[in-house]
Amino acid sequence: MSKSKLPQRLVQLGVLVLILFSWWYFTLPGGINQLLLPAPAPVFRDFWVLLTTSSIWPDLLVTVREWVSAVVLASLLGCSIGYLVSRTAYSVRVFDPLFAGIYSIPAILLYPLYLLFFGLGEGSKIALGTTIAFFPVVLNTIAGLANVDKAYIRAAHSMGANDLQLFWTVMVPAAFPVVLTGLRLGCIIGFLVILGGETISSLAGLGHRIVSLAENMESSQMFANILFAVLMAFIINGTVSYVEARGRRSAQ
Amino acid sequence: MSTLDTEKSKGFQSPRRKEEHHVNRGDAIIKVEGVSQAFGAEGDPRRVVALESATLDIARGELLSLIGPSGCGKSTLLNIIGGLATPSTGRVTIEGQTVKGPSPQKVAYVFQENTLFPWRTVIDNVKLGMAFQGVAKAEREERARHSLEAVGLADFCNHYPAQLSGGMKQRVQLARALGLQTEILLMDEPFAALDEQTRMVLGEDLSVLLARTGKTIIFVTHSLVEAVFLADRVAVLTARPGKIKQIIQVEEPHPRKSDFMTSDKLSDLRNELYELLRDEIRKTMNVRAEPE
Repeated sequence: MSKSKLPQRLVQLGVLVLILFSWWYFTLPGGINQLLLPAPAPVFRDFWVLLTTSSIWPDLLVTVREWVSAVVLASLLGCSIGYLVSRTAYSVRVFDPLFAGIYSIPAILLYPLYLLFFGLGEGSKIALGTTIAFFPVVLNTIAGLANVDKAYIRAAHSMGANDLQLFWTVMVPAAFPVVLTGLRLGCIIGFLVILGGETISSLAGLGHRIVSLAENMESSQMFANILFAVLMAFIINGTVSYVEARGRRSAQ
Repeated sequence: MSTLDTEKSKGFQSPRRKEEHHVNRGDAIIKVEGVSQAFGAEGDPRRVVALESATLDIARGELLSLIGPSGCGKSTLLNIIGGLATPSTGRVTIEGQTVKGPSPQKVAYVFQENTLFPWRTVIDNVKLGMAFQGVAKAEREERARHSLEAVGLADFCNHYPAQLSGGMKQRVQLARALGLQTEILLMDEPFAALDEQTRMVLGEDLSVLLARTGKTIIFVTHSLVEAVFLADRVAVLTARPGKIKQIIQVEEPHPRKSDFMTSDKLSDLRNELYELLRDEIRKTMNVRAEPE
């Protein structure tokens, strides 16, 4: 296992090194204008400052607050609406394609509307994040609950399970891994779209910081902030995937 | 299971078991009265009559096998008896009461497919069945251990179903059914998914175990040998629409040992069953060969 995985990791590392190397090479004096693409050294210096000082904290707090609110709202709405839809085969046939269809529309198009409704502040980002994160949650909740193996349900009925027991001891654990995948997707795309919303129009947040640094031609600082956002997305992805894997194992 | 052997022989000589050869109709615990099952509306060309006016009495403590060609409605009949399906006409009574839905206090099931919940350990699966049935929480642990011991899986309480072989999973399903302590056990091709050697060994163990418990059992199977080896009576169903063609007595005391498996008596009965079934199986093949 580890034998076959090692070269794979090496190749991945190689690609990253290649990107870093090209970045360094093309930004050597006489290369790309430092205002458009600063060299790695000043970017990493600014990145280090970001990590070691508290200057980014107010904006970070705003983004995290928006993200957590959106994820919580989307999970509550997605799970409860998904549950209601999954209750009859008819409503699954009606609503499942409907949600899947709406999901394929780029929800970012709603953003101007949300800006009008909820203003430039956190409300519009929470609304956008909730909208986007809602769909994977609701679709996976429906899929999870509607596709529980009929044999489990039959067995539970034969042993006298009532509706409440059936739901909590059979339906929920059987659907759990699928719902968890929906929650993971919701967490990740929710974060991405909130950052996107902040860069388009906002009063604070990581995206807001990046845009205002760009407008002030603070290129190396802007890239340091982008690096920070990438790191955050990476950590969120890793954490959520880890939680999902743990949840799956306990539910196997 | 050899320890079970000795302690069981007492249980097996119970008067209930002895009586069963001259079946007293009054003592029937299950009565199947003119039960038919059709899928699809009348007049619909796709209407399928799975089962046609089946009438059958099952005596207390009897082990009855249902055998017949594929699609003859064996499982349908079992599901109707268990209250998991509603017959189109006719009725089933258990101890005089008409079956209208699952009766978990009286009937336990062993299914063909694996219906153990993969997210629960073996013992938690057994206990969950009792929780559904309404057994007090304090009693469940001991009863679950006891029934897992009875199927020889006491050491696997904390395993997950995915860690067990197919044969072991079916034993756990059996333990779960035994833990419900019902009078009646319905088994729907419980060994169908297992290889022949495993099912023969499980069949022997089952005979020992069931003789000891004295339950009333209906056992659906595809296997002629299994039917004869386990049952007091074998009900042969015709090709679709399934009717009960004949009932064969197997006069051999329980628990049945491996030498019965290889006896002339068993192979004579097996051949008799095969004669009865051969035409029926041909019928289903002809039906299938017909151009659409």
